[in-house]
Amino acid sequence: MMDTKTNIPNNTEMTPVISLKGVNKWYGDFQALSNIDLEIKLKEKIVICGPSGSGKSTLIRCLNRLEAHQEGTIHVSGIELHERMKDIDVVRQDIGMVFQSFNLFPHLTVLENCMAGPNWVRGVDKSKAKERAVAMLEQVKIPEQADKYPDQLSGGQQQRVAIARSLCMQPKVMLFDEPTSALDPEMVSEVLETMIELAKSGMTMICVTHEMGFARQVADRIVFMAEGEIVEQNSPKEFFNNPQHERTKVFLDQILE
Amino acid sequence: MFVDTVIEDKALHKPVFLIGLSLTVLAIFFALNFTNTLFGEFLRPVIGDPTESGFFGRFAVSLVLTIIFVVNLFVISFFKLKVQVAIVWVELFLLFLAFAYSFDLKMSFIQSRIPLMISRGLFTTIYISAISIVIATVIAIIGAIAKLSNNGFAYAISSFYTSLFRGLPLLLQLFLIYKGLPQLGFMVDAVPAAITALSLCYGAYMTEIFRAGIQSIPRGQWEASRALGFKFNLILRKIILPQAIPIIIPPTGNQFIAMLKDSSLASVLGVWELMYLARTLGQRDFRHMEMLLTAAMIYWALTIVLEVIQARIEEKYKQKS
Ligand SMILES: Nc1ncnc2c1ncn2[C@@H]1O[C@H](COP(=O)(O)OP(=O)(O)O)[C@@H](O)[C@H]1O
Ligand SMILES: [Mg+2]
Repeated sequence: MMDTKTNIPNNTEMTPVISLKGVNKWYGDFQALSNIDLEIKLKEKIVICGPSGSGKSTLIRCLNRLEAHQEGTIHVSGIELHERMKDIDVVRQDIGMVFQSFNLFPHLTVLENCMAGPNWVRGVDKSKAKERAVAMLEQVKIPEQADKYPDQLSGGQQQRVAIARSLCMQPKVMLFDEPTSALDPEMVSEVLETMIELAKSGMTMICVTHEMGFARQVADRIVFMAEGEIVEQNSPKEFFNNPQHERTKVFLDQILE
Repeated sequence: MFVDTVIEDKALHKPVFLIGLSLTVLAIFFALNFTNTLFGEFLRPVIGDPTESGFFGRFAVSLVLTIIFVVNLFVISFFKLKVQVAIVWVELFLLFLAFAYSFDLKMSFIQSRIPLMISRGLFTTIYISAISIVIATVIAIIGAIAKLSNNGFAYAISSFYTSLFRGLPLLLQLFLIYKGLPQLGFMVDAVPAAITALSLCYGAYMTEIFRAGIQSIPRGQWEASRALGFKFNLILRKIILPQAIPIIIPPTGNQFIAMLKDSSLASVLGVWELMYLARTLGQRDFRHMEMLLTAAMIYWALTIVLEVIQARIEEKYKQKS
């Protein structure tokens, strides 16, 4: 059920949806990203991991230009992201983003959170937006919470609403920035299951996460970052069984105990 | 606020506190010396002529007052919170009336002047305040957005404006506008001058309130909105302001109340609002207190209306979230 009114041209399987070439980013004097080259194809699932402060959030936030990079190029569906671009909102509408802290709109009900995007900026009329919102809430398995306000829900439920809110925009790509890190342990799995189902449906996904079980099961490729650089990237099998770099080994030892 | 679920013993029910309170109150009453007032008169059968009663009379009056005061508190402490509040309000109000009554007011004088006070004074006060409130609010919204924008000109103009108009006494602004503009060739009447001064001054205060309210909304709300492809105006209108308004309402209500009372400054320009009439109507007959107290009650009633409206709006927003 692709939106007939999507803005970005459809990709073939071969051309990358997202491509970064030689991307550098600084916060003042501090270099947060160094020389990032990365290509992500349609339907690919990427997991980004690495120690805290290694630039994972910065990288993923550059992909919808919540952060600005200073050097190199970032293309999303063939559109270059840069300071003077006119159609950033059009690009953003096609990229869903899920935050660590959910960031639901607390003054709107769950249903209104999900209807807002399509209704306000996609030109979908209210009844159609509602239909779609209900469908997405069913997909994340909380249709019964539709009329509640976000702060009446558990963390896991809120995060699933946040995923549904993004999906209502019918995005081409979904970005996840540590979606389970703020959750109590018993709620992690319900969010991961939602993400696994989404992966099975063929969504292009870029996930920053330390959930290695999820990475093993879903990822086509794992990207390991340290100190603003991509240290290595590999298939899950190779990444876990045969890490190439010393840093990767240390990281894996820590995270897998 | 969080009211704890564990109830502590009421201070008023502890003997030590009661004794301490009684002694303190006794000392205060003794120091203030009510012997030559109505209270001394009431105790004439016991103390004789109050003016002649000396130390004994002074002590007796203080003791009786203290007993009335403490017993009153003690009794009230057994009622439910809401009843307590009501009783104390009524008692304080009666005290206020007693205070007013002690001026030997001439009610017929008040009655004869009140129609003009209301038809002219109250009307003008409300008229000036209402227009100023609307203009100040508009200024505040624009000023706050300008202060938050990253447009250098907008920020500079807005911060200069708030700095200047918060930095000058309102009365001075009033004179600068009323006396200054005509010298530059712009004739202004007193009422428009007052409205301009009030709007600009309170617009500056409210700009800061609105700015702080908008800034108190977490960054994540902007980011989530941006990530959905919303534009600035849409985010402000649909996401940020609805969350900021409940935060902005209480301090804004305060500003409205303060402005209502500051509209009395227009009286120095000869505008026939409440304060002006209060000062002038009683002058010829030397009935100052009558008119001043009447004006006081009208101002007070007006601010209570504003407080009630503010509470209603706050309640409405509380239910929503
Ligand atoms: N807004 C900012 N200003 C300055 N430094 C920042 C900012 N955001 C992130 N950083 C720094 O950039 C580095 C990478 O941050 P981040 O991308 O959040 O790391 P990660 O998500 O991998 O934990 C960190 O050292 C962090 O302190
Ligand atoms: Mg991070």
